[in-house]
Amino acid sequence: MNDSTERRNNALHPSLAILAPHLDPGERILASFRLDLDPSRAFREGIVALTERRLIAMDDLAARTGFRAWPLEAVTGLTATDRGGLGTLEALGADGLLGRWHYTLGRAKGVASVLDVFAGLRAERQVPSATAGQEADLEVPETVQPEEPPRVGTLFRLLRFARPHLAWLALGLCLTLTSTAAGLIPPLLTWPLVDDIFAPYQEQVKIARDDPTIGEVAREARLESLREKAHEPFAMVPWYLLGMIGSGLAAWGLGWGQGWVLARLSERISADLRNTTYAHVHSLSLDYFSAKRTGDLVTRISTDSDRICYFLSDTLTDFTADALMIVGIAAMLFYMDPLLAAATLCTFPGVAWLTYTTRTRLSEGFARGYRAWDEMTSILSDTIPGVRVVKAFAQERREVERFKASNDRIVAANDRVNRVWTFFWPMVAMLNQMGLVVAWAFGAWRVFDQVITVGVLTAFLAYIARFYGRLESMTRMAGSTQRAAASAQRIFEVLDRAPSVAEPANPVSPGRLKGEVELRNVGFRFGNRRILDDVSITIRPGEMVGVVGPTGAGKTTLLNLICRFYDVTDGSILVDGKDIRSFPTLEYRRNIGIVLQDPFLFYGTIAENIAYGRPAASHDEIIAAARAARAHEFILQLPDGYDSIVGERGQTLSGGERQRISIARALLIDPRLLILDEATSSVDTQTEIQIQEALDNLVRGRTTLAIAHRLSTLRNADRIVVLDGGRIVETGSHEQLIAADGLYRSLYEAQSRHEMEHPGEGAPVEPLPPQALLRAEPSRKESP
Amino acid sequence: MTTDLTSGDAAALALHVDAFGRMVMALPGAAPVVNVVPVRCFPFTSPTQRVSLCDPQGHEVACITDLADLDPGVRSLLEQELSRREFVPTIRRILDISQGSEPTAWHVETDRGEVRFVLTSEDHVRRLGLNGVLISDAEGVRYRVLDTRALDPQGKKLLKRYL
Ligand SMILES: Nc1ncnc2c1ncn2[C@@H]1O[C@H](COP(=O)(O)OP(=O)(O)O)[C@@H](O)[C@H]1O
Ligand SMILES: [Mg+2]
Repeated sequence: MNDSTERRNNALHPSLAILAPHLDPGERILASFRLDLDPSRAFREGIVALTERRLIAMDDLAARTGFRAWPLEAVTGLTATDRGGLGTLEALGADGLLGRWHYTLGRAKGVASVLDVFAGLRAERQVPSATAGQEADLEVPETVQPEEPPRVGTLFRLLRFARPHLAWLALGLCLTLTSTAAGLIPPLLTWPLVDDIFAPYQEQVKIARDDPTIGEVAREARLESLREKAHEPFAMVPWYLLGMIGSGLAAWGLGWGQGWVLARLSERISADLRNTTYAHVHSLSLDYFSAKRTGDLVTRISTDSDRICYFLSDTLTDFTADALMIVGIAAMLFYMDPLLAAATLCTFPGVAWLTYTTRTRLSEGFARGYRAWDEMTSILSDTIPGVRVVKAFAQERREVERFKASNDRIVAANDRVNRVWTFFWPMVAMLNQMGLVVAWAFGAWRVFDQVITVGVLTAFLAYIARFYGRLESMTRMAGSTQRAAASAQRIFEVLDRAPSVAEPANPVSPGRLKGEVELRNVGFRFGNRRILDDVSITIRPGEMVGVVGPTGAGKTTLLNLICRFYDVTDGSILVDGKDIRSFPTLEYRRNIGIVLQDPFLFYGTIAENIAYGRPAASHDEIIAAARAARAHEFILQLPDGYDSIVGERGQTLSGGERQRISIARALLIDPRLLILDEATSSVDTQTEIQIQEALDNLVRGRTTLAIAHRLSTLRNADRIVVLDGGRIVETGSHEQLIAADGLYRSLYEAQSRHEMEHPGEGAPVEPLPPQALLRAEPSRKESP
Repeated sequence: MTTDLTSGDAAALALHVDAFGRMVMALPGAAPVVNVVPVRCFPFTSPTQRVSLCDPQGHEVACITDLADLDPGVRSLLEQELSRREFVPTIRRILDISQGSEPTAWHVETDRGEVRFVLTSEDHVRRLGLNGVLISDAEGVRYRVLDTRALDPQGKKLLKRYL
């Protein structure tokens, strides 16, 4: 093994040759480790190597300086440590530190071979040695997005968001109108061009050419004189052309302005829409969130508002311009020749009817497509965060199949829409072509009848082509209009939702509460399912009450009611003698500290997370809270201390650590009312003892309601309430409840039995005596 | 439990490094504690306040509220020891960042010399305060940009896509 290490190293690092002059005759390098930092931790290549006799090192390979060597007998230990990306290798001798080298963790793998070889050499000489290592962790991000059915009328509700921008809206419409008008001018100019200039001239030319009474020479002279006379009317041609260029330029400039104004406007409207929706979502009570998938809400606020923005800035603008154009052209046509206009527009009702019926078919199709899309994204938002479970149960293939199946449903649904859609607009194009033929036919007849001139027909045909072009583009917008309508509906669905925890009409400021809690005949239902029934209890300020009961008994629901995440269905909850529904929710909750079973930490630094409830807290206050929560010391072990980012790679916190941070977070707001929902059930006994200690700090002097799965956690409770099936079945201290021989006793005995059969797995059986806690937490009173 | 060393206590704190390179802490009227490790609680947001001294097991022995309260000699020793444990090179110039998708290869000039590193995800570029930036490379080495405004125009342009 040593031989292969040597061969590999020699092959990989020609730099070993640099060390050759320093080696004794016959001395071989067994292992080497390339450093990328020098002793002052500047980036510079160095090397540490082991031979069978010596530990040798060179600080700067490029300059070939800083060579040092120690006989192996002098090296008692070789240790590697790392922190925050910096690795340190230390060589210790009997009398102290021999050498210290640094490297970035990219090189850390190489150090192992040196440590291994060193350990091997040690073993040969029977001298002890030491090594160190590190771990890494993995986190998986989350992705989502879905959809639903439509109704174009919903789009009008967006006007509410346009109201603050009326001036811009007016400007935008004005520009649209003028640019449309400018676009209508060019065909109008072709009319006099043909009728007054080209047609009479061409006619005279034709007569002169075809006149059989005159000879060749006279004919030439006649044509020449016609040409002479035509100079005057033809002098007008450049002016007409200039008029066309001018109107083209005007239409371009005005269209640009219109586009910019309306894009600006729609960007603001959709931003307002997002802000309003997000603020509204935060005003909704907890049950809204429990019924809705997070991904769905995220899409509504982000994707749907963006789709509306696109609709407003692109589709709607084009639509308005097209509609104005169509009306303008129609007016123009009727002005030129009402009968011809009426005849050529005969296909228009057909197109309108076709558009209308197709739209209904389309919206059904889109709705189906959105539902299929919804299903696919819910698979995504389910399995991507749950990828650990998928992998653990080796279900990758099945998940891929499941995804494929729902994707197939999207394809099928969209195929149906596309069939309608692809049939629809070529059909419109065909009808328009028919209209054009009708215009030619009817026009020919009108010219024959001497009712209109060729000039009028030319202009007319130019307009009609434009008309049908616009009509076609308008019908093509049906799709994106339907989509926008669907999005608007989804957003308004959120906005229409009234907060189920209503703010009081005559709010009473709670101020800083004393913490007396009284539940009076509280009942609560989810839908028609009764969760809590006639719960009455009075809790004195500063008292600690434990809540126990089988799962599903309604414990969490009870605490949620006290926090006012939901409102009671029957009875009332009074704090300091006042109904909590009379307090403004925010002010009331400011008095409450909550620690949940699976604490949620936000992306941000540890310090920011601890200070979440009181962002202005000083560093000293944050440290004090962390110390009380027994979180201070593990935080110090993180590379950036309190400035470490939660959730960043390698800094994933364990359940117990998150728990303690959430306790510090609750402590920092100094709550009057403390709510603990199974705050320790997901951690091991050792960590539980630490958390328990932290909690004891937290509980002191506050009214506390604690749900605990492990009954031992409630050893400090003044009173224990036993819930079963939504009713209070027993109340009393631990001893009283044991003596009462009821549900509590059977829960307690079941836990004790389990503990006896599986020692060291669950909670400690007996409430821990105070001495046990002292032993568990090593005393460190080294300093006064 | 642990002692917060405010002005008077902090001035009385004595530190030295023994032959094994371990830091020894002594306070009047208490046994010296061998092998303490200094740790900044807030290395970025408040580096000179709240420096904690921990034993090798990670238990806090004392916490210095403000380095300014220390005896100047003790302070310089402590700062030296802190800087030895902290390795966050400061980027002075960004020479190149590879184009295209992640991971990207960076070539920068730091206060500790030129170096190339790999950034696996733009999530590892994080703002520090108003103008500072902290970049964690694929190996977990962190690099700092103290003030993005002080970078040359090319560096600013390269970094902009990550902020
Ligand atoms: N948002 C909800 N919608 C409908 N039922 C719910 C909801 N939350 C909880 N429940 C039901 O209420 C009952 C009590 O739940 P909970 O209070 O969480 O019990 P536990 O005592 O285990 O904490 C359970 O049967 C649960 O299914
Ligand atoms: Mg529960």
